[in-house]
Amino acid sequence: MRRPGEPPHRDLAELIITTLFIAVLALVFIVPFLWMAFSSLKAPADLFLVPMRWLPSVPQWHNYVKVFSQFPFFLDFRNTMFLVVVNIIGAVLSNTLIAYGFTRIEWKGREALFYVVLATLILPFQVIMIPLFILFHNFHWIGTFLPLTVPGFFGNAFFIFLLRQFYMSIPNELSYAAKMDGASEFLIYRRVILPLSAPAITTVIIFSFLKTWNDFIGPLIFLTDNKLYTLSLGAQQIMHSLDPKWDMLLTLGVIMTLPVLVIFFLLQKYFIQGIAMSGIKG
Amino acid sequence: MIESRKNLRNGLLFISPWIIGFLVFVAYPIFSSLYYSLTQYNVIDPPKFRGLRNYVELVTTDRVFATSLLNTLYMVVFGTIIITGATLAIAIVLNNTQIRGLSIFRIIFFIPTLIPLVILCILWVWMLQPQTGLINTFLSYVGIKGPGWLADPRLAKPAFIMMFLWTSGGTVIIYLAGLQDIPQSLYEVASIDGANFFQRTFRITIPLMSPVILFNVITYIIGIFQSFAESFIITSGGPNQSTLFYSLYLYQNAFQYFKMGLASAMGWILLIIALVLIWILLGAEKRFGYRQ
Repeated sequence: MRRPGEPPHRDLAELIITTLFIAVLALVFIVPFLWMAFSSLKAPADLFLVPMRWLPSVPQWHNYVKVFSQFPFFLDFRNTMFLVVVNIIGAVLSNTLIAYGFTRIEWKGREALFYVVLATLILPFQVIMIPLFILFHNFHWIGTFLPLTVPGFFGNAFFIFLLRQFYMSIPNELSYAAKMDGASEFLIYRRVILPLSAPAITTVIIFSFLKTWNDFIGPLIFLTDNKLYTLSLGAQQIMHSLDPKWDMLLTLGVIMTLPVLVIFFLLQKYFIQGIAMSGIKG
Repeated sequence: MIESRKNLRNGLLFISPWIIGFLVFVAYPIFSSLYYSLTQYNVIDPPKFRGLRNYVELVTTDRVFATSLLNTLYMVVFGTIIITGATLAIAIVLNNTQIRGLSIFRIIFFIPTLIPLVILCILWVWMLQPQTGLINTFLSYVGIKGPGWLADPRLAKPAFIMMFLWTSGGTVIIYLAGLQDIPQSLYEVASIDGANFFQRTFRITIPLMSPVILFNVITYIIGIFQSFAESFIITSGGPNQSTLFYSLYLYQNAFQYFKMGLASAMGWILLIIALVLIWILLGAEKRFGYRQ
């Protein structure tokens, strides 16, 4: 497309340069990802060939079977899924309520407290990590799932922010009408706001899943019994063992990335919304 | 009057999970961390009060603390410049709707961020292998003999910056969202006046984007100070302590040497550094940033 008052060749040159730039860069970004997928099908001997070969000489599909037997995959998977499900339930239950209190009811001091919520967004975990460890140690929670599940039921600043943005877009008239009919705040929350908030709740579920699925430092600090290990912690243990089995690690890498990819492609809209939202507050 | 009392009660009731969570899992830890930072504490024996000596020790005699701080500052300075420049450039180009296959490009840049953190670290150890790694294989195609990235103290940090850049797709998305808020008419007027791509970028896009850039820079710097898993898994701080970053040393003090008091002091220094950085950046934004 040519802009008025401009010779056509200049736009074209710009377009070619920028397209070329972005295409090369995109290639650089995607290749490591594909390479991981190819490598997950290589035999151990293939992995160490010099010079490196892109494709496996014979695709070792049974790498994917082996990973289930050689590594306590099912145990770690079950533990991870347990944490994921409990954290999602906690996140939806607590944050939908909290955000309601911060948007749909007018009360003195609301805005001031919301600034406190936002301030906790930038608090580095390392500042509170040690007292939390000591606290959970005194509760005798270390080595159980409790440190990784209980806090999830008490709100999360990012999720509160996200839901608040969404709740603010719901017209107040809906609440007034329900109040006229004598509905309590809780009834309005359950019957009016929650059903309308499905898109925002979907975003919360996705990010809660990602947070728990990817978490490393939490399980590393709070879990001591390898029967409770998560996939992330299990993978790190293999990597730091005396004989890190690279074929297995890369296979495991693909298996752990796959659910995230599937969710991304199915629910891309909510995914991108959540990421873009995290920038709005800036 | 009664209505507002009722609203206050209901509002507090609804946010009560957050109030409890904030008091138990945030406020209490922050203040007890301040107390622990003034003690010597190994979790088993009761804490022994020692005043400001943890802080004095860290700043004056602990060489490793200085090393970890300098390593982190290296990542802050060079990482911010490289990653901000690259992600902004990608977003600006992607925002040009004339390019074909735009939605595919957007997805491609975002895909690396979907890889779970631990897997990302494992993948990069493998990518950076001197003989069989992907990066040195590429270098060999253009006739360069690739180095042992993670064996060379001068190259380990640049390798980490490469990895962080690879997973900056989220930043690109945030920039894109900001770019879409810039009125198209501004560009049209500039084009009619004969402004080229670079003039439009530096005179319109970047000044208007400064709040978003500021947000991403703050997020990145705080992320760098908190980044732990990467160096813990990939290098354990090596070679020669060149990737011993702030949070890794804090973790080592706390959970490997059980110096909880010293580690808490590091936590508080981290908090102060983060607050000062935000304050400086917000000040810079106020002074030089674009005004409506």
